[in-house]
Amino acid sequence: MVRYIIKRVLYMIPTLFGLSLIAFMIIQLPPGDYVTSMIASMQDSGANVDPRQVERLREIYGFNDPIWVQYFKWISGILLRGDFGYSFEWNRPVAELIWERMGSTLAISIASLLFVWAVALPIGIYSAVRRHTIGDYVFTLVGFIGLAVPNFILALTLMYFSYRYFGQSVGGLFSPEYVDAPWSWGKFVDLLGHLWIPIIVIGTSGTAALIRVLRANLSDELHKPYVITAKAKGLPGYKVVLKYPVRIALNPFVSAIGWILPELISGVTITAIVLNLPTAGPLLLRSLISQDMYLAGSFILLMGVLTLIGMLVSDLLLALLDPRIRFT
Amino acid sequence: MTVHTFIDEEPDTGPSTTPLKPSKATSDMGDANQWTLIWYKFSRNKLAVVSGFVILFFCFVGLFAEVLAPSAPDVSRPQFTNAPPQSLGLFVTDADGSSRFQLHVTGYTMEVDPASLRRSYVVDPEQIVPVGLFVQGAPYKMWGLFDANIHLLGPTDPGETMYLLGTDRLGRDLLSRLIHGTRISMSIGLVGVSISLVLGVVLGSLSGFYGGVVDTVIQRVIEVISSMPTIPLWLGLAAAIPLTWSPLMVYFIITLIVSLFGWTGLAREVRGRFFALRGEDFVTAAKLDGSSERRVIFRHILPSLTSHILAVVTLALPTMIVAETALSFLGIGLKAPIVSWGVLLQEAQNVRTIANASWQLVWPAAAVVVTVLAYNFLGDGLRDAADPYES
Repeated sequence: MVRYIIKRVLYMIPTLFGLSLIAFMIIQLPPGDYVTSMIASMQDSGANVDPRQVERLREIYGFNDPIWVQYFKWISGILLRGDFGYSFEWNRPVAELIWERMGSTLAISIASLLFVWAVALPIGIYSAVRRHTIGDYVFTLVGFIGLAVPNFILALTLMYFSYRYFGQSVGGLFSPEYVDAPWSWGKFVDLLGHLWIPIIVIGTSGTAALIRVLRANLSDELHKPYVITAKAKGLPGYKVVLKYPVRIALNPFVSAIGWILPELISGVTITAIVLNLPTAGPLLLRSLISQDMYLAGSFILLMGVLTLIGMLVSDLLLALLDPRIRFT
Repeated sequence: MTVHTFIDEEPDTGPSTTPLKPSKATSDMGDANQWTLIWYKFSRNKLAVVSGFVILFFCFVGLFAEVLAPSAPDVSRPQFTNAPPQSLGLFVTDADGSSRFQLHVTGYTMEVDPASLRRSYVVDPEQIVPVGLFVQGAPYKMWGLFDANIHLLGPTDPGETMYLLGTDRLGRDLLSRLIHGTRISMSIGLVGVSISLVLGVVLGSLSGFYGGVVDTVIQRVIEVISSMPTIPLWLGLAAAIPLTWSPLMVYFIITLIVSLFGWTGLAREVRGRFFALRGEDFVTAAKLDGSSERRVIFRHILPSLTSHILAVVTLALPTMIVAETALSFLGIGLKAPIVSWGVLLQEAQNVRTIANASWQLVWPAAAVVVTVLAYNFLGDGLRDAADPYES
């Protein structure tokens, strides 16, 4: 097992490297650099810009170095000192801005994952056991629609319904009176009242996908001889299903973390922008529009790292559950 | 099974019960070629066939957008902002009480609330706007080639208004914009998927044909790309498009960005099939015949994958369409004057618009959802039919 973990972690390194290259490329992509935009704003305010001073600034920020030196400086800053660069729009180090936002992104992603599991498991089992019944068809249809409706359209629709029929102010995670209040029971209830919309929005497509996988896997298992044996020896119906085939069909639930997590983080990003949640999404969009690239690049990098860690966790859990994986 | 033909006269087999001559039905399918079999299997999946027609319909709408749209997408009438949809009526009742057939819509009366200055429109059954087929209306340049002004459906008097799906905040006809948006959104999917197709097939076949180091490198690249959350990545790339670029340029770059991350699934599929086919007899035979590697790949292996590739491509299309819609919706994809479904949805971004003019959300959203569903059903049907020889 230890060997498997070490192998799996080592395996992650080239992927992480590729990820950091992509993030760095995105940082470098917009034309011009920070000094260019600073000069522009200084000239706008009527200040005289000394070319020598400009040159000195470029020297300080390292914009004159070859591209691979810049990459090396950037990545070593992150790895060695936790220094993600400087946000020119906020005039603060990026590291100060991102952690809180990444925390809430992670929290909502995990809450959505739990939602996906909690909903997909019973429905998947029901659909597999009662195949080709009305209930199965209804869930299949709902699942298809869940897969087809993009997150942000679902968010807008729920926003409308919640506004129209509950009179609830949607958007944000808290009502105005609780935003700056210290944590209390009231604030927690208020949070739950706001959280259900984003969680449903983000979780729906993942739930639909997982139901399909579980239904297919479980249907295959249900006709295997060991199930018939279990039935023949007189186990009650629910126990026959829950005790053996469901446990085998559960593997995709764990491996699902790997492919659902990127989707969830993607979903959190766009849903948060629509619903104005204090996660990484709105800040990322804003930083991209104002070309505050170190902030944007750090978000993209961290979101990628987050999904990689999710995949690692899912692989390790899977190995823990299924000995066939860890011994090959 | 093959049909036996006898050179001599057919020998009398007597009252034997062994069916030497296969029954009619199987002999029909028995010598059918692969594509006939695929079509036979596909056409039994009714949902997929219907979805195919839906897709064809959308393509048709996109192709003839100028004629089908009742108006031009950028004609705005400030006196009709956020006007609700009008319904198309078939019969009008004349003054003498007799009713006759006349396509028409009923006009609006507008009221302005003195306190909030908000306009509200009430459909007024008294005002009748006659509507006709193939009427003259706003001029356009068909496919950018020749001038025309014929519209399939429109008010017979070009000065009158007909808003079957309502208008937006600048008083532009939503139906016309939706139809023109269909062209952009559908074509982004198709162009994007073609780029993905080339990337996916080339890299997938290299990976599957050679294996070894080539395979490892390509698989790692695929792994990096597919482990990235797509929306932040699309956002990052799209935000770098300079504002000064022409709309056409932006269109192509967005297509490129969207397709840059869509090829991984296709490459995986192609690679898997290559691994399966590499050891087949016909490949070995082709190699022993002295075919070059290129010939083996393109002439022998790829043609037998066409149906699978078609299915994967169809399933990849909706992702492209949703990606473009999402980017445009967030304001960093396509921008006015280009109209796409995402650009239309961008108008319906806040609760107030949705609450007061819900049609601006409903119709573009419905177009996206129906297209995505149809592509998914069609793709599922194609995938099931892709290999007619199994089971």
